[in-house]
Amino acid sequence: MADAVVVHPGAEAYEPSWFRTYSKKIGMWLFLLSDSLTFGALLFAYSYNRLSTPGWPTPFHVESIRNASIMTGFLLTSSLTMVLAVLASSRGDRAWTRNWLLATMAFGAGFVLLHAAEWNKLIGEGLRWPLFQTLFDLQPGTNPEYVAATRNFPQFGGTFFALTGMHMLHVTIGIIYLGAVALRKMWLPILGVLAILCWWAPGPFHYGFYVLLFGLAICAIVLLLKPMDYTDHDIEVSGLYWHFVDLVWMFIFPLVYLMSTRISS
Amino acid sequence: MTHPAGDVVTAGHVQQTKAQFYWVWIALLVITVVEIALAYNQVFTPGRMLSVLLVLSIIKSALIIGYFMHLKFEAQRMKWMLMVSVCFCLALMAVFFADAQRILTLGWKGH
Repeated sequence: MADAVVVHPGAEAYEPSWFRTYSKKIGMWLFLLSDSLTFGALLFAYSYNRLSTPGWPTPFHVESIRNASIMTGFLLTSSLTMVLAVLASSRGDRAWTRNWLLATMAFGAGFVLLHAAEWNKLIGEGLRWPLFQTLFDLQPGTNPEYVAATRNFPQFGGTFFALTGMHMLHVTIGIIYLGAVALRKMWLPILGVLAILCWWAPGPFHYGFYVLLFGLAICAIVLLLKPMDYTDHDIEVSGLYWHFVDLVWMFIFPLVYLMSTRISS
Repeated sequence: MTHPAGDVVTAGHVQQTKAQFYWVWIALLVITVVEIALAYNQVFTPGRMLSVLLVLSIIKSALIIGYFMHLKFEAQRMKWMLMVSVCFCLALMAVFFADAQRILTLGWKGH
């Protein structure tokens, strides 16, 4: 058989997309479509339980609402810095693209830290998913209100921690994703150090080790086996993911926190 | 979408400016403050509060999807396919709410 060179035609050789955009963006939109159903199912599970359970606990007082409000501000601001990164990448400004991406990651990290600290406090005081008690050797809770809520309404802890935990996981994956796009191979040692720090961290922060280790493995595979210079399209696609996690929080915050508020006590 | 001239993002044929993004961000913050104020003062009954918060959340999500995710400026067929399919699938889940309501009034029929 004679030597033959297969010549792949450029994108211009094909008809334009039916959606008038590039395939990476369509792929991300389809992923977000499926992910919205995951969060939709969790939100509906929470709402179903709330609707069908008389005396549903309202454990969030002033301190929790203040904390969740700051977290919301962080996520909204991170969405602004993300679009500014997309804007900078569209005009070819690599330095500001990276700066805005790092700012987005910083706001996202602030959100995760505040959220994990809140989980730590709630779990310590006795508001738990019954599964936690089975898996981990936890001390008895210190707040009688939370202990009673866990005992009488185990479905509250189940749905609350599943929903907010899934969202926290998505934000963490988003930070890892943006880090890979912004810093490329430089991100790998940083991620490794963060994972090691998480190993010694208290409470739920400790379990971040496994998430970061998994993220490190995926990033290493992608960045080492297929090194590439990310374009403005890649920045825009990563932005779509980031805005989606912001969007989901816009429903979790009012439905879970604001609707379970008791300010007077 | 590369645009070397200045602070604009193009998606489809329409351009978005930095000022537009700041206005959307401010609007999102203002709506969030309204939500928190309503929860703090507890001005509505829980049922009414749920409706108000859901409407405000839908407005916020429309702003995020439309402007930050640029969907407003994508092709019509992409907009419609994505929004109609996600709304339809989420609406299907609402079927179960009737059952949640039924549990509250469920009685033992006996034999």
